[in-house]
Amino acid sequence: MSTLNTSRRNFLKTGAVLGSGLLISFTVPGAKKLGGAGASVLGPQSGAAFAPNAYLNITADNEVLVYLAHAEMGQGIWTTLSMMIAEELDVDVNKMVVQHGDAWTPYNHTMFGIQITGGSSTTWSEFDRYRKAGATARALLVQAAAQKFGVNPADCKTENGVVTAGDKSATYGELATAAAALPAPGDVPLKDPKSWRYIGKGTKRLDTPAKINGTAKFGMDMQFPGMLTAVVLHAPVFGGKVKTVDAAKAKAIPGVRQVVQIPSGVAVLADNYWAAKKGRAALNVDWDLGAGVKVDSAAMLAEYKQLAQQPGATANKAGDVDSAMSKAVKTVEAEYTFPYLAHSPMEPLNVTIQLKDGKCEIWTGTQMPGLDQGAAAKILGLKPEQIRVNTVFLGGGFGRRATPSSDFVSEAAEIVKASGKPLVKMVWSREDDVRGGYYRPAFLHKITAGLNAQGQPIAWKHTIVGQSIMEGTLFAGMIKDGIDGSSVEGVTDSPYMEAIPDRLVTLHSPKNQVPVLWWRSVGHTHTAMAMEAMIDELAHTAGKDPLAYRQELLKHSPRHLAALNLAAEKAGWGKPLPAGRFRGIAVHESFLSYVAHVVEISLNEDGTIKVHRVVSAIDCGLAVNPDGVKAQIESGINYGVSAALLGEITLEQGRVKQGNFNDYVVARMFDTPADIEVHIVESTGKMGGVGEPGLPPVAPAIANAYFAATGKRLRQMPFNKAHLSA
Amino acid sequence: MVKLKINQKEYSVDASPDMPLLWAIRDVVGLTGTKFGCGMAQCGACTVHLDGEAVRSCVTLVSRAVGKEIVTIEGLSADPDNYLQKAWMELDVPQCGYCQSGQIMSAAVLLRENPNPTDEDIDSAMSGNICRCGTYPRIRKAIHLAAKMQREGGNGK
Repeated sequence: MSTLNTSRRNFLKTGAVLGSGLLISFTVPGAKKLGGAGASVLGPQSGAAFAPNAYLNITADNEVLVYLAHAEMGQGIWTTLSMMIAEELDVDVNKMVVQHGDAWTPYNHTMFGIQITGGSSTTWSEFDRYRKAGATARALLVQAAAQKFGVNPADCKTENGVVTAGDKSATYGELATAAAALPAPGDVPLKDPKSWRYIGKGTKRLDTPAKINGTAKFGMDMQFPGMLTAVVLHAPVFGGKVKTVDAAKAKAIPGVRQVVQIPSGVAVLADNYWAAKKGRAALNVDWDLGAGVKVDSAAMLAEYKQLAQQPGATANKAGDVDSAMSKAVKTVEAEYTFPYLAHSPMEPLNVTIQLKDGKCEIWTGTQMPGLDQGAAAKILGLKPEQIRVNTVFLGGGFGRRATPSSDFVSEAAEIVKASGKPLVKMVWSREDDVRGGYYRPAFLHKITAGLNAQGQPIAWKHTIVGQSIMEGTLFAGMIKDGIDGSSVEGVTDSPYMEAIPDRLVTLHSPKNQVPVLWWRSVGHTHTAMAMEAMIDELAHTAGKDPLAYRQELLKHSPRHLAALNLAAEKAGWGKPLPAGRFRGIAVHESFLSYVAHVVEISLNEDGTIKVHRVVSAIDCGLAVNPDGVKAQIESGINYGVSAALLGEITLEQGRVKQGNFNDYVVARMFDTPADIEVHIVESTGKMGGVGEPGLPPVAPAIANAYFAATGKRLRQMPFNKAHLSA
Repeated sequence: MVKLKINQKEYSVDASPDMPLLWAIRDVVGLTGTKFGCGMAQCGACTVHLDGEAVRSCVTLVSRAVGKEIVTIEGLSADPDNYLQKAWMELDVPQCGYCQSGQIMSAAVLLRENPNPTDEDIDSAMSGNICRCGTYPRIRKAIHLAAKMQREGGNGK
């Protein structure tokens, strides 16, 4: 597994904290490093005439092929990365042929060192590499044209895939073979932003046509002659193991071909999903449940409350918090709780594996194809390079398709190994997804804040309790001094902390059998709520307007302020609202972007919350595709509304109580705000992400609006009927 | 073998009568535009038309579809007058895209029965279709736009 180890070393060397805002060092490889050796690097997919690097190829038929280092899971990078190449290459972005790259080292993340789509990082991390890929190719095409025309390269112009000089012209396709024979150029200059045609102006999504007529291929849609479909019966509790299997009834179901035991359960292979599912229902399995049977949400909450009575590992410390607290004029104490959450992307997890002639192909929607390749290789007894991973459209990811353990690809590989069948598609049911773990961990925050006579916070004591995401994974090396950065991001790096001289933030990371994972915006899913709800309480305690109070505390954080002020202005903060409507505000930085929301709510007759309107502002630096940025913030808001009002996974005696969308309730159209306005701050600041940052401020803005409506603070998520009336 | 008429084409389908129509369409016939999301009529990703009615194919038995006109997203897309897809394009509705076949199939029945829907009508008619990417505001706008195109012809502008 040398690939994996090398990847991991690179990953750690960068000093990056995956999925958190703590980005430390980052250098863009020069054009010479693009794809390795220079002008003759052929992608594993390509037979194109001109393959100047791993990111784009041009065929003699004048087709521009774009290879994506990242996966399209809805966030729009299919379009954004193509725009970057089109911009520098001078081609029509709508005529490019876009595809996911294979699992291949040139597609490793420019900063994280492994091939991964995550951390809302695709656009900023590829901004230089993809532009340079386009610019380098253009320079070679121009050089080829200059030779052909007998002119100086400087006299050549490029537009829409054609090089012209005076009355001479040639398409890129016509120049492809000649360009391929030229040596790689040195560092090629990039365009002046003033002449950008696509970047900052935007373009419509290139994947929309295929996604509205049924032709877009997701992993679930992979079908081959002779393929069997497998479903897996998993243990009823996490960590449970098969004791005995009686498969007689299952094998009697028409269409069922085989039943095999694998480490994660019992797999039924059949001609189609329906037969496999019926076969699974007919299995009779005796389980050794193990310690996972003891996991219980109510008991866990009690344990977390108990743990929070004592400080944990120190995550952020300054001054003497106890002494400062004793001098406070007023203190406010609050405890916030957060349940487990399933990602539940619309496309249930699935993997298709084919073994043929000593080689293996995998088709799946994954955020980490390189790790998946390594994991499958280990199980199947192959070398990673014998396995081709075909990333297909992801029917939603939200973090679930980026498991360090490659859980779903490993499971499919185990089925192939155990069954000896060369062509198998493993399909999870919705229940497998909801009950399958890899949840956003349950968390508890206990905060005590002290205010001085002017109402300013002078002491902040904060204890966080929740499972570590990194612990026990290949990213465990990123845990430093007992602190998993993804548990405390959004608190320890909060600008409010800098404004408070005496503070102590500590962390407990209890363990249990429930697998946990990054879930859209990771630690910020809970830390933004704790921070922004608490700050709102402090504003109220100090007798200050919540906006003005934040403006004062954030006076040295210009990008927070810019987002906050723009959202407040556009929402008409302070202006009267219709009767029964109430506003709440929150601002939070995550993944290098700064987002503020002003929400308007009313209360339904049964006392539950209706969110009518969200006015949002984001400072993400340059917005490469502005409507795409807006779409991601809309998406983050609605994913956040779903979590704030509805989302909850609970366990009793180790069993997950929810199973499908009837009881793991997610937002439907009528649950979401009819009116979402997204404003983009004009910014020259460092580029940030957009896939996740829209989510964190949603819950606190709603909770703060609820306080405006009722005078009651919401501290227990989700804000559903049971918790509102508690 | 059961005979199914899908998108105006006759298929002899090797499916047990208790197989949900979804799996007959996807796994047996091989039309994959209709999606599997939940298997219990909760999410709407599998929505198809059965004699013009929007049904959740994941809980509709093959036996119920025999002798009826089945239309899937592939069949709907063959209709050049389909304003919904034009509106979906215009507003860049999809994100991951997995639910959009079902969204469009549900919206098509809404617009046929109610050519001028209000926000509330849309919320109600689309309540059975989940989108985890939260493209709801754009779906709502796109249905309004498609309704306008349908009423006025042209591109609705």
